[in-house]
Amino acid sequence: MSGSFIARNPSVLWFLLALSVFTVAVTLMSEVTGVGLISTSFVKTLGKTLCLCLIAIAMDVVWGYCGILSLGHFAFFGLGGYAIGMWLMYARTEIIVVQSLANAPLPPTDKEVTDAIATQIFGVVGSAEFPLIWAFSHSLALQLLMVVLVPGLLALVFGWLAFRSRVTGVYLSILTQAMTLALSLYLFQNDSGLRGNNGLSGLQNLPGLDAVPQSVISIAFFWASALALGLGYVLFAWIVSGKMGSVIRAIRDNESRVRFLGYHVESYKLFVFTVTAIVAAIAGALYYPQAGIINPAEIAPIASIYLAVWVAIGGRGRLYGAVIGAAFVSLLSSWFTGGSAPAVNLGFYTINWTDWWLVLLGLSFVAVTLFFPKGIGGLFDLIVLRPVPDRQGDYGPDKGAWRREEGEP
Amino acid sequence: MSTLLEVSGVSVTFDGFRAINNLSISIGQAELRAVIGPNGAGKTTFMDIITGKTKPDEGRVIWGPRSISLLDLSESQIARQGIGRKFQKPTVFEAQTVRENLAMALKNPRGPFDVLFYRKSRATAARIDEIAEEIGLTDDLPRRAGELSHGQKQWLEIGMLLAQDPQLLLVDEPAAGMTPAEREHTTALLVRAAETRAVVVVEHDMEFVRRLNCKVTVLHEGSVLAEGSLDHVTKNQDVIDVYLGR
Repeated sequence: MSGSFIARNPSVLWFLLALSVFTVAVTLMSEVTGVGLISTSFVKTLGKTLCLCLIAIAMDVVWGYCGILSLGHFAFFGLGGYAIGMWLMYARTEIIVVQSLANAPLPPTDKEVTDAIATQIFGVVGSAEFPLIWAFSHSLALQLLMVVLVPGLLALVFGWLAFRSRVTGVYLSILTQAMTLALSLYLFQNDSGLRGNNGLSGLQNLPGLDAVPQSVISIAFFWASALALGLGYVLFAWIVSGKMGSVIRAIRDNESRVRFLGYHVESYKLFVFTVTAIVAAIAGALYYPQAGIINPAEIAPIASIYLAVWVAIGGRGRLYGAVIGAAFVSLLSSWFTGGSAPAVNLGFYTINWTDWWLVLLGLSFVAVTLFFPKGIGGLFDLIVLRPVPDRQGDYGPDKGAWRREEGEP
Repeated sequence: MSTLLEVSGVSVTFDGFRAINNLSISIGQAELRAVIGPNGAGKTTFMDIITGKTKPDEGRVIWGPRSISLLDLSESQIARQGIGRKFQKPTVFEAQTVRENLAMALKNPRGPFDVLFYRKSRATAARIDEIAEEIGLTDDLPRRAGELSHGQKQWLEIGMLLAQDPQLLLVDEPAAGMTPAEREHTTALLVRAAETRAVVVVEHDMEFVRRLNCKVTVLHEGSVLAEGSLDHVTKNQDVIDVYLGR
């Protein structure tokens, strides 16, 4: 079965091949092997980019294939990051606290340790107690479960309410924006239990691994991100191929017709929405330990809009298009905003890309949408010869039919 | 002949306009029925009510041997009960191949996980070939449905209906925009389908209805004006006044 799956989806094989070559090449050029062509901080950037590619393919499935323009998937990404960040902060603070209390005349009780950890973590927001949502933060296994469960349940409940009421199109997009905005505003509050606008920090320091240099940790996370991207790609390629993909694309094109075929459209949307949310959360859980810090600004509505822009530029409706879009735009974005792009002196005005990058991005988004609806991924159609179907006769009198002019290759 | 579908005393109002007014129709098993009527007579609304797209203000719609009320079911549940519908404008999934269109319609478990783990079998492939043969699209199976001609799309949609294997087919103006030869093929398809199940055809075109050679229900202003053979209803003075006379 897997053989025929690859045969029917040759892009999966090509993608995995490209990803493996890329991963190995980066590793060989990193500081771990001593070559050092790629700095540790750039390895982290690349690792983060792979996570962004993963959420981009999730977005492509929910938007490009199922037609749900969700502008809230970064909320799930952020929640995944928070879930793993809670354990990272707790465990690391615990080590520090235990070390400092070891010098005390009396051995500390468990409660003293917990209180000291709480004071350390929440002192910044004027609290010294663990909120209820930190109940599992002492356990890596439980917190990893939360990475999947919390965003999954949120997506399930939100999606159930939204799809059941048959909210579609732009109204659904607004609703998802409202969700991510509400979540972000809530997290900005100091008493939200997640340190308000300070967010969680120091996530790049893995507890108990102080002796391991960041160059090694960065490569480990890079590999983990690449693995997650590869698995995510195969998972989504499998979902969108075959009959499931057929039904999902049919829902995108004509939802009510699918209903009259006897499919419960809402269940399908909910399935796609929840699965993509969980994958987005996993991507977030891998992203933030590499970024080192997470705060509520990360899940502001603009982040999810960027996600849609990446997918649109890369080419929606094809998974590798989303990967290309996310990698290309986010790397270009860090190049432009990082001050590496040379300023353009027009004589009367100097274009500083840090200021003008967003304008450029906006213009390219408009241009791609208007002139290249297939995005960058559409370029592959020029290389891979698509079989030109044998078209004879006219296409029919109704408005939905293709006209002859459109049908000509 | 036992009753398959019983619509009784149904009324629908849209913004004060009574689209369906105390309508009662019953359809027997394995029956071919034509529903005719002038524009705005409520033909399409009648189908919308049966398929769950529109909920009536009053009345009952009772289905099948177990006398289930269709008013409590959603569109997809009604479709799974065995009611298939073909729309006036052919609505096939143009971005997908004819084979994919038929495979989607094929009677199989409809849950997301059933579909996710669905595996093609020789039996389903054979069934698709059989349907394609019947609707005359065997050579077009790998083509995208968007490339088909108007008439072929209509047949594909009828093929999708057959694939659903419903007990009741609701067919809205199947011959619209077809050439005479295509019409003949469509008539044959519907007559053959009606041998094993109930088929309700909404049609404008009297010639087409004559060729179907079946019981006719005339709708006017949302209720039944006359019912019987085509010759019988065309002699009815009311029918002549509101419909045929013009």
